[in-house]
Order: sequence, then C-alpha cells, then structure tokens
Amino acid sequence: MSNSLEVRHLCKDFRLRRGVHFDTLHAVADANFVLEPGHTVALVGESGSGKSTIARIIAKLETPTSGEVLLDGAATNFSGAKLAGYRRQVQMVFQDPFASLNPFHSIAHHIERPLRIHHPELSTAEVRRRAAELLEKVQLGAAYLERRPHELSGGQRQRVAIARALAPGARFIIADEPVSMLDVSIRVGVLNLLAELQRSEGLGVLYITHDLATARHFSDEILVMHRGVIVERGPADDVILNPQHEYTKALREAAADPDRLGRLRDEVRAEQPGGTHED
Amino acid sequence: MADRLAGIRYLLPRWSGKLGTGLIMVGLIIAFGLVAPLFAADPRDSSNKGLLPPSGSHLLGTTKLGYDVFSQLATGTRGSLYVGLLGGISAMLLAILFGILAGYFGGWLDEILMLITNIMLVIPGLPLVMVIAAYVQNTEGLGEFARSSTLVALILGVTGWAGSAVVLRAQARSLRTREYVAAARVAGEHGLRIIFVEILPNLVPLIAAQLIFGVMAAVLGEAGLSYLGLGPTNSITLGTMLNDAQTGQAVGSRAWWWFVPPGAVIALLGTGLALVNFAIDEIVNPKLRLAPQAARRQRRATKAGRGVAGGGAFA
Repeated sequence: MSNSLEVRHLCKDFRLRRGVHFDTLHAVADANFVLEPGHTVALVGESGSGKSTIARIIAKLETPTSGEVLLDGAATNFSGAKLAGYRRQVQMVFQDPFASLNPFHSIAHHIERPLRIHHPELSTAEVRRRAAELLEKVQLGAAYLERRPHELSGGQRQRVAIARALAPGARFIIADEPVSMLDVSIRVGVLNLLAELQRSEGLGVLYITHDLATARHFSDEILVMHRGVIVERGPADDVILNPQHEYTKALREAAADPDRLGRLRDEVRAEQPGGTHED
Repeated sequence: MADRLAGIRYLLPRWSGKLGTGLIMVGLIIAFGLVAPLFAADPRDSSNKGLLPPSGSHLLGTTKLGYDVFSQLATGTRGSLYVGLLGGISAMLLAILFGILAGYFGGWLDEILMLITNIMLVIPGLPLVMVIAAYVQNTEGLGEFARSSTLVALILGVTGWAGSAVVLRAQARSLRTREYVAAARVAGEHGLRIIFVEILPNLVPLIAAQLIFGVMAAVLGEAGLSYLGLGPTNSITLGTMLNDAQTGQAVGSRAWWWFVPPGAVIALLGTGLALVNFAIDEIVNPKLRLAPQAARRQRRATKAGRGVAGGGAFA
C-alpha cells in the first residue's frame, strides 16, 4: 500500500536468563496493522503487554525477530543513508519527558540537530528560524530556544519532544505513552496539541497508551494488546462500547468511571452508619 | 552564547568551604611551582656550604652537597606538578578510551576491554611501575628520554588508568540506556557523535574527579619511584629531593629543613586536590551535599541535650 506505514507479522522474542537455562519471552507475537496519514491508531494494553516493544521496533531501536515494517509498501530492513531516509518519515515521542531531553544541552540543540541531520543544505540562520517555527507550532515560542530542559515543566518538555519529532518533516509519529508521566491537569493540553498537529499536518499517529478513555477520544481505530498479542481491534467507539474480548472488558471495568465510583461510595457509607472509619 | 555559559554552569561545583580551601591550597602550590623557579637561585649550584640551617641568605638552608633547598623545592614542585599533570591526563585519556567505549558499545568489545582493565586492576601497582620503569630506563637507544620525568609520567599514566575506566564504564552503561540517547538515535545521530556530544558532556564531572584523582596518584607515584631511585635522574622533583635526603642521611644529621619541605608540599598538594575532588563528587552525587548539614544538625542537637541516646551517628 502506498503512503502508509505497515506492520506485518511482527514478532519479537527476548531471551531471559533464569539461572542456568534460558526462557523465551514472546514480547510481540504476530502483530499486524496499518498506519495512514491523517489517522490515529491507538494501541492499548497494560504494562508489559508489548506496546513499547512495537514502538521501538518501528523506531528502529530494536530489530524484530521476524516480520517486517513496510513504509509505503517497501521493506525497511536497511541501514546507512536509507535508514536516515526512513527516520525522516517516521519519528517517535518518548514516554518520559524528564529522561528524553539531554540535561546538558539547550532546547535549541534538541530541535536544530534533527533539522541539520535531515536537511544539511539549510543555512544556520534558516535552521534557527525553522526551530523557532517548530516551537511556535507546539505553542512554546522562540524564547524557549535558549532554555535548558531543567527549566521546563513536564508538559513543556513533552511539547519540545513533539517539536523534535516534527523537525525532520515526519509523516508518521509513534507516541509511546506521551502523557503517562505528566500531571493529570496538563495531559489534555498535550493530547489536544497532538490531535491538532495530526489534523493540520496530516500525520499518521500511533498513540500508545493504557488509558481507554483518551484512546477512544483521540483515535480512529483501537488495537487492544494483551501479553504480546493483539486480541481485539476495530473503530474506537465499537471497541469501547461493545468489547468482545474478556481482556478489553476487564480494562474497561478498571477504568475510572465517576458515576460508578459515586455509587460505590454511597454503598460503603450506607454499610457504616454514623461511624468514621479508623485506619 | 548564553546557552553555552549555562551549560558550563551546570557542570561547575557549588561553592563551599571545602572547594575554596582546596582551590587556594592547590592554587598557591601551582603558583609557587610556576613563579618561584624564575627568581630562585640555581638549584644545582653546589658552591654553598653543606647542611646550613635556614637563614636569611638560604631561606630553607642547604643540602649536604650545598644545594639551596628553597631553589630545589621550587624546581622540584614544578617538576612534580608536570609529572602529575602529564601522568593524570594520560591515565584519564586511557580510562575514557577503555571505559566509555566498553560501556557504550557493550558486547564482545566490552568483554575484551574489561578483560584488559581487570588484568591492570589486579596487578599490584607500584611493583609493576618499578619493573616497567627499570626495564624502560635500561632500554638502549632512548638517550636522554630514558631518565626524563616525561617518561616517568607516561609510565605512571599507562599503569594508573584501570580504576577510573571501571567507574566511567559503569556510568556510560547507565547513560547509554537513557531515553535521550535513544531519542538522538531516532533523530538520526551516529555512534561517535552520540558518545561525544550526548554522553560525554554528562560525564564531565566524573571525568574531572577521575583526573584529579589521577594527578594525585601520579604525584605520589613519582615520589615513591624517585624515593626508590627509579625516578627521573636528569630533572628535580619532590621525589628526587626526598631520595637525596635519604641517601644523604638527612634524618641522622638532623637536617629537618632538607626533608620536611618536600614532604609537606606533597602532603598539602594531596590534601588540596582531595578537597577539590570532594566538591566535584557533590555534583556527581548530590546527596553528599546534605551529609555535612546532617552531621552539624546532629552535633547541635547533642549540645542542646536533645541528642540521640549514645550519640548514635547516622549521618
């Protein structure tokens, strides 16, 4: 398929040492999905379910045991200059904004380096201008160029990370739990920014999360992953409102539901008349 | 320019009493080594009377052969600093080469480099230095170089890097797995650039601490070698002064002015460098900053009669 990022029969095994013998952990088993520009696919699952492994394979930080990643229908198991071409198209936003920016370097370094690597023809002034433009895009502004990571809040850092991913001119963004390390109050802002950029730039976004509510709100399609296997997939509303697999149902039950919590609290109060509970 | 300056500030140790004292001590000794030889008398002028006690004309007296101890001390301090700096820097470069390459690349390269490092670690230091020094100095064809302080410094560097390499490897391994290194790879950076631009700057405090440690070790190592008669013979260092004092039976003839000054300079230089190192350690491990405060608080509490029973120190 042209103009798409496709994952086909992707498998990743890890060898774990248990004393003297080795066990094999199937981190990802036969994952298949297609990412198209202008669409968001959510990959939902608990920690250890293999979501991040898929992200790292697509970002070429890990090599798959078998299966392949196809960009515009072509295989991508290459290195060197072609790999640089792949990275220009496919970028990643990492989970922990406190770890993904180098504390030694300024924000300018983080944004200008990918610009220089992927567009060596640009002059220094042009690189600077584009870096400022990218920061405007993520609602930070050129003044942040001279700042250093430790002066920024988690949300601001994650916006810088998004600008860095956009710098090479990527069409596909892998967002690996981009808001799980942020305060609840600023999560929506970062997610709205991602959604807005996805629309305006026509990006294909793989949104990896363990939060069903944001997955439903921000994505077109949801894949539910459990122990390395994609157990359920479909349009976002269908998966949430009408879950078929036991694991999806369990995930939905585990999600915070204010109405249900309120009812629960009332029931608990009814059972303990008059007494404050000592603990 | 502003961001460059901020980058440097991030690496500087916080001002403290330890750092100030250490810097002043080291600074004074370096200034002495640089400036004093310029206007001190010729350290090899043996026309003075032997074993004169300190006086106006000879500030620190003279040796048995009539050398002026002050001039010898000035030139010797300069010589020891040269050996220390050269030995420390060459040890640091080797430690960076072995430690960071092993830590960053891992795999079989790590195995090979660490095997060499471990062999260097378990061989007892001074005997190895003695053997190498004795061997190299008797190699023909080296000429002047065979008995020079440069060669001694290089020998000390080649034998003294292993400990630092282990420390740097551990830190490089930890930094390698940081997300910003993965992010740099995703951005398209290449191996060497990741090592030198993304990882190395974050290792600078650690490397500085290792360098100071290396300088200290080289100064002491040179003193040890020279005392044993394996030091540089065509230059004056604090170690050769001690060796002369020992062979000239300075202690027996009560010529304290002959052996106390070089010993004191070595001890003070070591103390000063150690104090600076403590301050740098506090950048590497910020928890250390709080240790003196905790101890002080405990002392104050004890004084006020609110101390932990039995003075149990846990700081």
